[in-house]
Amino acid sequence: MADSEVLHAAHHIEYPYSRSLGPVLSAFMTGLRDGRLLGVTASGGRIVCPPSEYDPDTGDDVGELVEVGPGGVVESWAWVSTPLRKHPLDRPFAWALIRLDGADTALLHAVDAGSPGAVATGDRVVPRFRPAGERVGSLADIEAFVPEGGAV
Amino acid sequence: MTAATADERGPVTTLATPIALDFDFTPGVAQSRFLRGLEQGKFMGQRCSVCGKVYVPSRGTCPTDGVPTTEDVELSNSGTVTTFCVVNVPFAGQSIEIPYIAAQVLLDGANLSFMGLIQELPATEVRMGLRVEAVWVPEDELAPSLASVRYFRPNGEPDADYETYKEYL
Amino acid sequence: MSAARAVRPVSVASFAQAQNVRRDDQRNEVEGLLPVIAEAFGAIGITKDDVDFICSGSTDYLVGGPFSFVMALDAVGVWPPRSESHVEMDGAWALYEAWVLLQEGKVDAALVYSFGRSSLGDLNEILTLQLDPYTMAPLWPDIVSLNALQARALIDAGKATEADFAAVASRSRRDALANPKAQVAGDIPVETLLEDEYVVAPLRRHALPPITDGAAAIVLAAGDKATRWSERPAWITGFDHRIETHALGARDLTASPSTAKAGEVAGVAAGPVDLAEIHAPFAHQELIVREALGLDGTVTVNPSGGALAANPIMSAGLIRIGEAASRIAAGQADRAVAHATSGPCLQQNLVCVLEGA
Repeated sequence: MADSEVLHAAHHIEYPYSRSLGPVLSAFMTGLRDGRLLGVTASGGRIVCPPSEYDPDTGDDVGELVEVGPGGVVESWAWVSTPLRKHPLDRPFAWALIRLDGADTALLHAVDAGSPGAVATGDRVVPRFRPAGERVGSLADIEAFVPEGGAV
Repeated sequence: MTAATADERGPVTTLATPIALDFDFTPGVAQSRFLRGLEQGKFMGQRCSVCGKVYVPSRGTCPTDGVPTTEDVELSNSGTVTTFCVVNVPFAGQSIEIPYIAAQVLLDGANLSFMGLIQELPATEVRMGLRVEAVWVPEDELAPSLASVRYFRPNGEPDADYETYKEYL
Repeated sequence: MSAARAVRPVSVASFAQAQNVRRDDQRNEVEGLLPVIAEAFGAIGITKDDVDFICSGSTDYLVGGPFSFVMALDAVGVWPPRSESHVEMDGAWALYEAWVLLQEGKVDAALVYSFGRSSLGDLNEILTLQLDPYTMAPLWPDIVSLNALQARALIDAGKATEADFAAVASRSRRDALANPKAQVAGDIPVETLLEDEYVVAPLRRHALPPITDGAAAIVLAAGDKATRWSERPAWITGFDHRIETHALGARDLTASPSTAKAGEVAGVAAGPVDLAEIHAPFAHQELIVREALGLDGTVTVNPSGGALAANPIMSAGLIRIGEAASRIAAGQADRAVAHATSGPCLQQNLVCVLEGA
């Protein structure tokens, strides 16, 4: 059978999931809507952010939620010169693992740094929250992080 | 732990995570032949070289023997209702009036039945063994899609003997 | 045979893979699998009736349709009714399940296969769905970007340079010239590769795997069948897999403790290693896995070209085991290590030790 005889069809699927959060992630998302970031106390007093319902290493129960950040340190970064259609920003940006002040693990988010020369491991960044009325309780309530003291 | 918040909306308890994905689907050789057949107003199947069964539609293999089906077979426009149900429940996107009849139709010469709509018959009169024929859309509307078959209707032949389709229930 | 724990001898009796291509436009999954399974059976003169168990690895997200593994069974022919299982994992994990069943001693042969057409959808979106759906996936980070974060962490830790990544890519694609099933092969020096554009810095084009449609099959055998079906059986003498947290920011991305642990349990260090087939879709990952497995410069790594030469998702790990076993069967190696990975940035890792007689 020649190539032209094998058919093609555009196939579009959607999964309109709505996920229930449970106490830990509910608190985290509620915090985001309120414009603050929360971590959770895990084994050995370690603060895990983003928080999980259990210690990511041991599986033990976690303790109290504590406020972290809002600023933090870039632990690693990757420069996206051509954003993809679902990326959080439509201009060049950096993905970064950000260890928020007071936390012992890192959060993944976008850094709106303008150019690859404006971001480096060890740099301090702060979140740029969306206006309060637009926030719904999601990591997308933070539009992006920006370099501390030199917001783009 | 509680999600303390000053917000009058109360704590956030759910997160919407919609997923939308796009694919460029290709059905492969055998299914393309079936669909191209529909475009020409005919049913194309394939025969297994080991057991001799004819599959319509064929996915390019005999699911019993695990060998490629390479012989193309054009099937009859008529077949036998092996089993059926009368649908009285409306559902989203429904394009036909209820009650309607959904039936498994075993085309003459095939060893695999497939689902079709039965029309031009009161729902109370459908029965196993009913002989039916495919009614196609007008020639200029034929497409490589099952939508080319509008429905099946009684073809006027006497009911098929149970022995001829009992293997396909 | 040296092994970290007593195992029933099971051999990789046969291995076949599809021609790895950017897009197999002509065939559906079943049509693609048929000749691969036929080749795996035919090479040792058996039929489907000679295997007692079937296990496959695939993911429905690739094709965008449900239960594709059920339809894939049409490529085997499951009549009379067969004992069968499936994992939503690379076929290497399906092979592990079959191996565990063979360890029980009740059956002596199994067919393991995997398949996937990465070309139908957008992998940069599809692979996002393996991430935590609350705190990662909603931002739609793509797999290339996540691996760029890992590569950057390696550079910042002083463990590797961009030239090291290019060296892995250069060697892999040069070796792939001798692999007729490879999708990407060529003899391009490191200096030339370093002129590539960044896809997501610090990863340049050469450090990324190709997008591949493919399939693979392996027949496992124990007892009489193992010796009857192979002149020189490739025995599995150690096998383990381990996983780490999905929380990327809670891991040290410059190391792979799960690979190290799996390698320890599988007994990698119990004897000299001639060659290793490492499943490292991104060039920097090979460096992390080599370190975790304690492989020194004497070990031949990825003579097939590895996943940089062809990366059929859901099969690339199983192919590593098949490639390693084939070289033992051919007498080119006496003791080999095969590795498979799953999840973002080496989250989950499987290690299989294979030995000749």
